[in-house]
Amino acid sequence: MHLSPNIWVWIAVFFTLCIYSFLYKDNPFYKFAEHVVVGVSVGYGMVMWWNLSVVQRCWVPFIEQQRYDYIFPAILGLLLIFRLSQKLSWLSRYTLGFTVGAGAGVGLPLTIQATILKQFQATVLPLNFTTWAGICNFLIILGVLSGLIYFFFSKEHKGVFGGVAQVGIWFLMIGFGATFGYTVMARLSLAIGRVLFILQDALGVNVG
Amino acid sequence: MFWKRQIPLAIAFLAGLIFAIQYFVPHRVSQTIFDWYTDWGIVIGAFGAILGFYSISRLHITKITKRREGWLYSVATLVCILAMVIGAIVGGTEKGTFFAQMYSYVFVSISATMFSLLGFYIASAAYRAFRARTALATGLLLAAILVMLGRVPLGQTISFWTKWNPNLPSLVDIANWIMDVPNMAAKRAIALGVALGMMLVSLKIILGIERTYLGGGD
Repeated sequence: MHLSPNIWVWIAVFFTLCIYSFLYKDNPFYKFAEHVVVGVSVGYGMVMWWNLSVVQRCWVPFIEQQRYDYIFPAILGLLLIFRLSQKLSWLSRYTLGFTVGAGAGVGLPLTIQATILKQFQATVLPLNFTTWAGICNFLIILGVLSGLIYFFFSKEHKGVFGGVAQVGIWFLMIGFGATFGYTVMARLSLAIGRVLFILQDALGVNVG
Repeated sequence: MFWKRQIPLAIAFLAGLIFAIQYFVPHRVSQTIFDWYTDWGIVIGAFGAILGFYSISRLHITKITKRREGWLYSVATLVCILAMVIGAIVGGTEKGTFFAQMYSYVFVSISATMFSLLGFYIASAAYRAFRARTALATGLLLAAILVMLGRVPLGQTISFWTKWNPNLPSLVDIANWIMDVPNMAAKRAIALGVALGMMLVSLKIILGIERTYLGGGD
């Protein structure tokens, strides 16, 4: 065992234990760590915002590259600040109208192309019931169609429609179970990472 | 009313229409318009971030000045914000500086531990939710157990039947199959449902039917 001489490692150990103390119950150590992480992430965000957004993407193009078209978004950005005024907050709606409208306009064809068409394209698979791959393809098509039918609430889930929707629920439940299992394993791997950090980096224990 | 509501809706309509059409026009001008949009979005976002920073700072300053419950924690938050900003101004943001060390040893440590903490809570929630009361719950439980076992070396070790016949699938193979076939089908159905919903919301925004983003008032 060889204790780490690095003070930062011990600070990290302290905060790790503060967070794990929540397993017992909510306590001041947990709350302290919770507020510290908020502060650090906001501070980090501010510095990154200044370096990447303000300097590199606003100041440099406007001053050094003479991109005078940046005046337009700058005015829209300034209007957004009026959100803080009770009387003039309506001015920020111009910016919101532009960003939300443009976002919807950009997103509309992209959603159709990148999600709807691509997903349908990937679902249109060759059916061949003599091979395992063909049966799996059939299951994928069945799962997607029955899942979509389950999400269609404009028609009552009765008769054949209800039966297909029931198949969709089965696929969804298995999907949720698989996602749950996957998430638990990812979280456990993080927990193992934290324990290894304390044992190896801080306490210098050789865990093999 | 006209300046406060109709003009913003008209801006949203025009912007939505222009940016929806530009996708289908394979011309240099169309690409330039899209490039403007991405550049301008960053500039507008930079101003938007000011609102966020102001909002969180005001919240904690008010809490401290009015000595509300837990005001000392707000002091910790503000001290950390200032420490990060001053640390970056004085020492820079390169590897090994105070700013970088705070990120690596405080932010990364706390966030990784918080995420790992969720593992304990979803495990206990699963105990309550996954009790095999119905056939559907049993399906969910089985899928979860098989995926969990298939993701660790133990899954391969306890697949004793593969020693009798190597052609039989191990727990790892079963877990992979669950992820690749029924799970993918379910995820695809959800993704398609979400995409169709997004498409409709986008249309509603462009046509001015969806107006909640404008907020309340006139």
